[in-house]
Amino acid sequence: MNPVMAFFDIILVLALPWLGWRLLASPDLFRAVVLFMSLGLLMSLTWVRLHAPDVALAEAAIGAGLTGALFLSALRRLERLQNSERRLDDAEKREEERQIPPEKRRRAKPVAYGLALLLLVVFMLLLGWSLLKTPVSPGGLGPEVAVQMGRTGVQSQVTAVLLNFRGYDTLLEVMVLFLAALGVWSLTRVGQPLQEEVSGPVLASLVRMLVPLMIIVAGYLVWIGSSRAGGAFQGGAVLAAAGVLLLLANATVVRQIPSTLLRCALVLGPLLFLLSAIACMSIGGNLLEYPRQSAGAWILLIESVTAFSIGVTLAALYAGGRPFEPSALEETSGESSAGDGEEGEGK
Amino acid sequence: MTFFHGLGTVCILIGVPFFVSGTIGLLRFPDIYTRLHALTKADNVGLGFVVLGLALQAEEWNTVARLLLIWLLVLIASSASCHLVARAALQKKIQPWSRS
Repeated sequence: MNPVMAFFDIILVLALPWLGWRLLASPDLFRAVVLFMSLGLLMSLTWVRLHAPDVALAEAAIGAGLTGALFLSALRRLERLQNSERRLDDAEKREEERQIPPEKRRRAKPVAYGLALLLLVVFMLLLGWSLLKTPVSPGGLGPEVAVQMGRTGVQSQVTAVLLNFRGYDTLLEVMVLFLAALGVWSLTRVGQPLQEEVSGPVLASLVRMLVPLMIIVAGYLVWIGSSRAGGAFQGGAVLAAAGVLLLLANATVVRQIPSTLLRCALVLGPLLFLLSAIACMSIGGNLLEYPRQSAGAWILLIESVTAFSIGVTLAALYAGGRPFEPSALEETSGESSAGDGEEGEGK
Repeated sequence: MTFFHGLGTVCILIGVPFFVSGTIGLLRFPDIYTRLHALTKADNVGLGFVVLGLALQAEEWNTVARLLLIWLLVLIASSASCHLVARAALQKKIQPWSRS
């Protein structure tokens, strides 16, 4: 192995657990989020070094980028919540402290730590034991996938596994994401915009410049997914990033998307995936067993529609609640609603 | 071919100190504005040299185009985010550092 690359790998291997520890040990939540994002970027680099560019792309876009943005928006909401509840909270805390005698509190800590440590050790032993018990197959399933590639309709092995051989896994993943968005929508509504966060001309023009480019990149990632690294999740993540940018800039386009359209956009991907699974069964195959000649076209169709829905779903998660209904809208300055609307169809 | 390869390596090696000095500036400078200054200025030039070096070593024209696109995007993103961070800091009424 190249000594320079070996040195690089060693630094990566040392930096990852160190960053992870700093992230968990950080008392400042904002710092923890920043560390989480750097951990995601280093993780993505690690995937590149392990020759897994698909995972690296997903990690960089979803793990570092979007999850970081989600954490930041959650943090902001948390701060707002704490500011409004601080007085009440302080009073409650003082009350609690009065009720628990101090010597009892001091004793509770080592016991809790000990239990947590015990649990950790047990789980690690279990994990190690199951790892030792797992039968090792040399080369994994790679050679078998390579033999069957001709029947999948795509050239990328990763896409073949994700959408052909194990298509139902991806179907369930898309459903999980959909359920997450449903959960968020049923819990809250998007918050009121903060007055001091009026975006300046720089952010607005940045968004005007970047959003079209991001839509092109998303389409490219989905298209290239059939032969190289890329795919629905990566493309969807880039689309969602465009949505997040629009939300940050409070663009009027996003605010004016009717919520019915958003609901349709959320449902479209999962629904089409499910329908094609059923269609494959009605043609005579198994669940998601595409007809041999047109497998590539099926996969491309499913991937592009799913990418669109994933993008809208992730952006909706970032917006953090269901959009205002026209009837429930008290004033026209309501918070921008989720998603990135029709622009996502540019593929 | 090998001449361009060597020239590319030299360019990358020129670029690296800019990243190092930018990082040192980020860690050592006294306030948010000076840190931003260190970070964006140094990284842009450093990345420019690294991209130039990689472009000289590239084997195809579309790789060069992609590298240039990356450089352009990073320039746009870093200058815009620098502006946004500084603007947010000014709105929070953080005073710029001065020696006195």
